[in-house]
Amino acid sequence: MEFGPFLLLALMEGMVMSAVLALTAVGLSLVFGVMRVVNVAHGEFFMLGAVAAWFVTQAVPGHPALGFAAALLLAPLFVGAVAALADGLILKRLNYDPEATIVATIGLSYIFQQAALSFYGPDARPVLAPFDLRLQLPWFGYSGYKIAVVIAAALILIGIWLFMTRSRAGLVMRATQADRDTARAFGINVDRVFATVFALGAAMAAMGAVLIVPIQQAHYLMGHDPLLLSFIVVIIGGLGSLRGTLVAALLIGLSDGVISVFFSPTLAKILATLFVALVLVFRPQGLFGGQR
Amino acid sequence: MTTGLLRPSRRTLLSGLAAGASALALPRFVQAQSSAPIKLGFQLHRTGIGAAYGRWYERTAQAALKKLNDEGGINGRPVEILFEDDGTDPRRGAEVVEKLTSQAGCDVIFGPLFSHVVIGSAPRAGELKVPYLVCSEGFHVASGMLNRWSLQPGISDVRAQASSMAPWIANTLGKKVTMVFPDYAFGHDHRDYFTPAIEAAGGEVIKHIAIPPTETSFTRYLPQIPRDTEVLYHVMVGPAVLTFVKELGEFYGSGARPEIFGFIDSLEAVDIASPGLEFLEGTHFWEGMCRTKQEGESEAETAYRAAVGVDDNGASVSDARDVSTYAHMFSCWETLFVIKEGMEAAGYQGPDDRQKFVEAIEAMTAFSAGATHPQGDKVFNGKTHQVFTPQFVSKVEGGKLLRVHTTTLEDGMYEDAVDYTTMSF
Repeated sequence: MEFGPFLLLALMEGMVMSAVLALTAVGLSLVFGVMRVVNVAHGEFFMLGAVAAWFVTQAVPGHPALGFAAALLLAPLFVGAVAALADGLILKRLNYDPEATIVATIGLSYIFQQAALSFYGPDARPVLAPFDLRLQLPWFGYSGYKIAVVIAAALILIGIWLFMTRSRAGLVMRATQADRDTARAFGINVDRVFATVFALGAAMAAMGAVLIVPIQQAHYLMGHDPLLLSFIVVIIGGLGSLRGTLVAALLIGLSDGVISVFFSPTLAKILATLFVALVLVFRPQGLFGGQR
Repeated sequence: MTTGLLRPSRRTLLSGLAAGASALALPRFVQAQSSAPIKLGFQLHRTGIGAAYGRWYERTAQAALKKLNDEGGINGRPVEILFEDDGTDPRRGAEVVEKLTSQAGCDVIFGPLFSHVVIGSAPRAGELKVPYLVCSEGFHVASGMLNRWSLQPGISDVRAQASSMAPWIANTLGKKVTMVFPDYAFGHDHRDYFTPAIEAAGGEVIKHIAIPPTETSFTRYLPQIPRDTEVLYHVMVGPAVLTFVKELGEFYGSGARPEIFGFIDSLEAVDIASPGLEFLEGTHFWEGMCRTKQEGESEAETAYRAAVGVDDNGASVSDARDVSTYAHMFSCWETLFVIKEGMEAAGYQGPDDRQKFVEAIEAMTAFSAGATHPQGDKVFNGKTHQVFTPQFVSKVEGGKLLRVHTTTLEDGMYEDAVDYTTMSF
């Protein structure tokens, strides 16, 4: 294939990856930023979202788009509710101690994974895409749905950004992020903020998963890669910085797309991990972290 | 009037008679020296990336076990199978071998498919001196990589499969081949044995594309397929196989594409009529046994289909969406009956006779098609511990896999790479 179309395909693949990664990583970043909790179970929330999407689409008859729309709404709600429950039952009782919550979320990740194995089974199951459109370019064909994933992810991210910057709830969250004790002194119910943020973070992972599940299949072991990549993105972008997370997701997604297409996907992973190491050594606060 | 034991009513009398009759109809296990059940361990991929195979391997083994016990067991003794999940993980695989042998006291272990699990587990089986009969396809048995305790009497190996396909591909589809395969032992066997075989047939492999078996996105690999490819040879495993084939279809779209020849592994447990797979129409697949019921299917195969619970499309009779791993799972059925034959030939009494059992299998030379070997006639090479079977090429027509070619046993044969019988136990 010639260089031009080759690059185009690489960038398109990279954009799809960036889009889903941005959704997932922003969820992780939000949780860390506001709660100072390193959520190791984040990848399993992603997996739960995909599995929930499968159950929802199975339950909704008729056109696949109906089931998919229902899944896009219900799966994040369900996963958010599970996360809020986990927050109330476990994280809150540990007083959000950083070390203890890491261990607790590791435990949670196993519980979610094994629960999915028990109730959903070990198989990879497909979810139908809401529409079946194939773009035929002169050099190669491309899935129209993948383009839709990028657009949908961008819209959701804009929504989240507006929520964080324009709404009162967003203000409260940012206040809690800036200074937990002062926020409490001003009458903010920090416990409720934490539960909401944890649920929102998990729901974002679930939304990423619902978008990706018509491309990949829902499988109980699928949470590993998103977790690893989200951590890479969040560390590069700067823990807790939403803008940094977005930029890093674009950077990692696009470079992964280009390097994978032109060289090999393994090399792309090696370079991303190397980049994380370099960031940790030379700019530990991340590219956009640092006001702390 | 009351009825009871002393004054039976007609109904209790009849049901008593029926119970007595069915007890008489049970197989009479001829009294041997020991009448304790023979315990077979099944190393099962119930979870992990091999779960779809595991589900069907368990069903096939259960169906074969029922037939075996209905017909009197082994040496007149009933047979039990203990299934133990290895998570399709080599480390756990070795632990499962250990557990089945040392704790459960199994006489023989069989059943694993994935080559990394087999390669990880076989050394432990060798140390424990327990016969380890794999259903794995990998060339690791016949290459001499494993040990005297590891045998593969139920399914042909990749070397035989790939080399028997090569002449047909070169003569029918094209000479310039690009290979897409998983980047681990099983895929490497494809790479290492198909490449010289196609050269011998007058063709060439112009590009090897190795994909990690845990990969979930494939479009990025597809631009590496050279333009002048005449035949795309694909074989993929794991939970993402459907994604792989779908993305292949998206990539070529309605534009020009090479001929496509796949190993059915790329679509095992997947409905060939799934949305997004329409482009497969007219492409070819290797099959170890034909998923779709063919015209003139043997009586033995029809009985096998019914016993395992597979319908004419290769899906479960109870759920049409639950497609079987039909091209591979016959190996569990056939391996169980090889175990029976081997134990009876060896006069197997207990774990002390394990060595005699292996020697009895090494002495075997052929299995003829029939109820115990529904896949077809086979030749067994006792020196390399490997069986040779017919292979099939099917073409997708109207969403069904129709057989267009059957190889001979000789097509897949190669010079012995090892003589296990000269090795010590």
